[in-house]
Amino acid sequence: MHSATVKEKVPLLSEEIARLATRPLTFMEVCGTHTMAIARHGIKSLLPPAISIVSGPGCPVCVTSATDIERAITLGDTPGVLVATFGDMIKVPGEKRTLGSATNVKVIYSPLDALELARKSPHLQVVLLGIGFETTAPLMAAAVLQARREALPNFSTLSMHKMVPQALSLLLSDENSALSGFILPGHVSAITGRKYYNFLEGSAVSSVIAGFEPLDIMESLYRLVQACMAHDCRPINNYPRIVKEEGNTKAMETLFRVFEPCDTSWRGIGTIPLSGLALKEEFAQFDASARFDLPTREIPEPKGCLCGAILMGKALPDSCRHFGTACTPSFPIGPCMVSTEGTCAAWFKYH
Amino acid sequence: MTITMNHGAGGRIMHEFIHASILAHLGNDLLLRMDDAAVLEPSGPCKIAMTTDSYVVHPLFFPGGDIGKLAICGTVNDLSTSGAIPRWLTLSFILEEGFPLESLDRIIASIGATAREAGVLIVTGDTKVVEKGKGDGIFINTAGVGFIPEGVNLSTHNARPGDSVLINGPMGNHEAALFTVREQLPFTTTIESDAAPLNHLVQKLLGLSSGIRSVKDPTRGGVASALWEICDHSSVTITVQEDALPVDPQVRGVCELVGFDPMYMANEGKIIVVCDSDHKEVLLAAMGPGASCIGTVCEGAPSLTMATSIGGIRRLSMMENIQLPRIC
Repeated sequence: MHSATVKEKVPLLSEEIARLATRPLTFMEVCGTHTMAIARHGIKSLLPPAISIVSGPGCPVCVTSATDIERAITLGDTPGVLVATFGDMIKVPGEKRTLGSATNVKVIYSPLDALELARKSPHLQVVLLGIGFETTAPLMAAAVLQARREALPNFSTLSMHKMVPQALSLLLSDENSALSGFILPGHVSAITGRKYYNFLEGSAVSSVIAGFEPLDIMESLYRLVQACMAHDCRPINNYPRIVKEEGNTKAMETLFRVFEPCDTSWRGIGTIPLSGLALKEEFAQFDASARFDLPTREIPEPKGCLCGAILMGKALPDSCRHFGTACTPSFPIGPCMVSTEGTCAAWFKYH
Repeated sequence: MTITMNHGAGGRIMHEFIHASILAHLGNDLLLRMDDAAVLEPSGPCKIAMTTDSYVVHPLFFPGGDIGKLAICGTVNDLSTSGAIPRWLTLSFILEEGFPLESLDRIIASIGATAREAGVLIVTGDTKVVEKGKGDGIFINTAGVGFIPEGVNLSTHNARPGDSVLINGPMGNHEAALFTVREQLPFTTTIESDAAPLNHLVQKLLGLSSGIRSVKDPTRGGVASALWEICDHSSVTITVQEDALPVDPQVRGVCELVGFDPMYMANEGKIIVVCDSDHKEVLLAAMGPGASCIGTVCEGAPSLTMATSIGGIRRLSMMENIQLPRIC
């Protein structure tokens, strides 16, 4: 969109939102890219005091449990194993250390890089860390399918994938929830499609699928306020140039050809039934948790860390006693400070 | 041919090496005396500025420059931002055994060319060699001396409410150039480091305007960290306009791919100028076609804010985490 148009439209939307929002509204976004975009463009400074935006469990790094991090660290310290992962993961603390301190860890930019590592290093066991929501899971699934086609004996994946709807349902099941609406993730929705969120129709919250440009976000907020004031709980697609009704059916098929839902633990929240993705039995040979002996001991959350409450939208970063003092982007305690897309990191950098 | 321990041992080989490889490129009356110390004559009663910097950049050669060019630009620019006219530099090498002489020759030629461009003389130096595995090819240290002309008083403590904040070109090219060659990204770019000596530009600006309060080179930590320092030292708020911040499209592309912010990326040929707003047009015209006014100084507690392109306001913090190690 031409920037002159954006500059004309944003103040109008800002005014309209202020006019419509006649009662307090709390919105939650569940996507790290939204967290950053809202902070970077100063969106909150364009909204009336009646509207607050909180960040939910939308950053895949932030919701990875310390127990899972410890499993990855164990793999990284196992002789003959090379752990391949996206960069943000290496800084997240497990119980006492980070993955970056493990012996053999390589940062990659695409899951396919892990396959290439496996091909080039037949003497090493390459383990790809499966992090992310419905957006990245199909790519991981494609890597597993490719590994099977090539009969790569030294490739496996440790799946820590999570799914969005189960987390949203958990947030809604909380009696004390003050949420009026969800800003739904644009990237995830491009894969899943709008219909994926139809279960929200029966809830008491409105929702909108939003893109990431400032105008996308302002328009989406406007439509969300409209829907809230009209008590309309049908999920709105305000990102139709990218998100279709059915989504990317091929990607979803690939995902569910390789993975199946399983219970999984979210950092600070606990286990959410059927919210994770495990490799199906027929792909067990590529399952790192079956191939290696990994610790299962539950690691407690760091003392005093409010990441769990922050991820649930019940606390703001600066109400945590560690925030900005003991916990900073250089020395993070909780995962929300580690990831560049984490709620606390965004708050620290931009607020 | 590679560097051996003998090249730093003080004997015949070192003597011949210094004559053939170093003096041939960098010789001048002061250096060629080869005394233990250079004896220098000040040009009159004025203040002296002195600085030193070490260079450990990796890789040694990158698009737009090399460690030798940086070793001159970095020290010349540190003198320049204090308003000094740089005159004399020292040059020390720490070489690792096995380092190719051909690479060293290229680096010394680059040092010579950059020193000539800046109009400074290398007046004394030192060469040490460490065993293989105890260094990383080559480390360079330079120190510099310059003279501050009468009446020039530049300091990061001098910014005042109402002043304008200018920059002489796009941000982040140096760090983006290093990042792209180092990470072997899955696409090619033509991004080059902006490394350049800035002394002539600063002196030109000082000649044109008496309204310059501070000049700062936004190296490590980028423009945001440099502005923060001015806010802090001068006890002012600076507001930058997002729309006015110059960034090359390719640099922006790299930043978006890897999650870097151009405001925090290192530059080696940029200056931030804080000036009386009445003088800004004259200075912008003299700073070149890429120059722009990126913000204003306001009254308020030390803080850096950004007016975003859609009309929002947000805070900019000092750089917290290192984005990329060994960039200079």
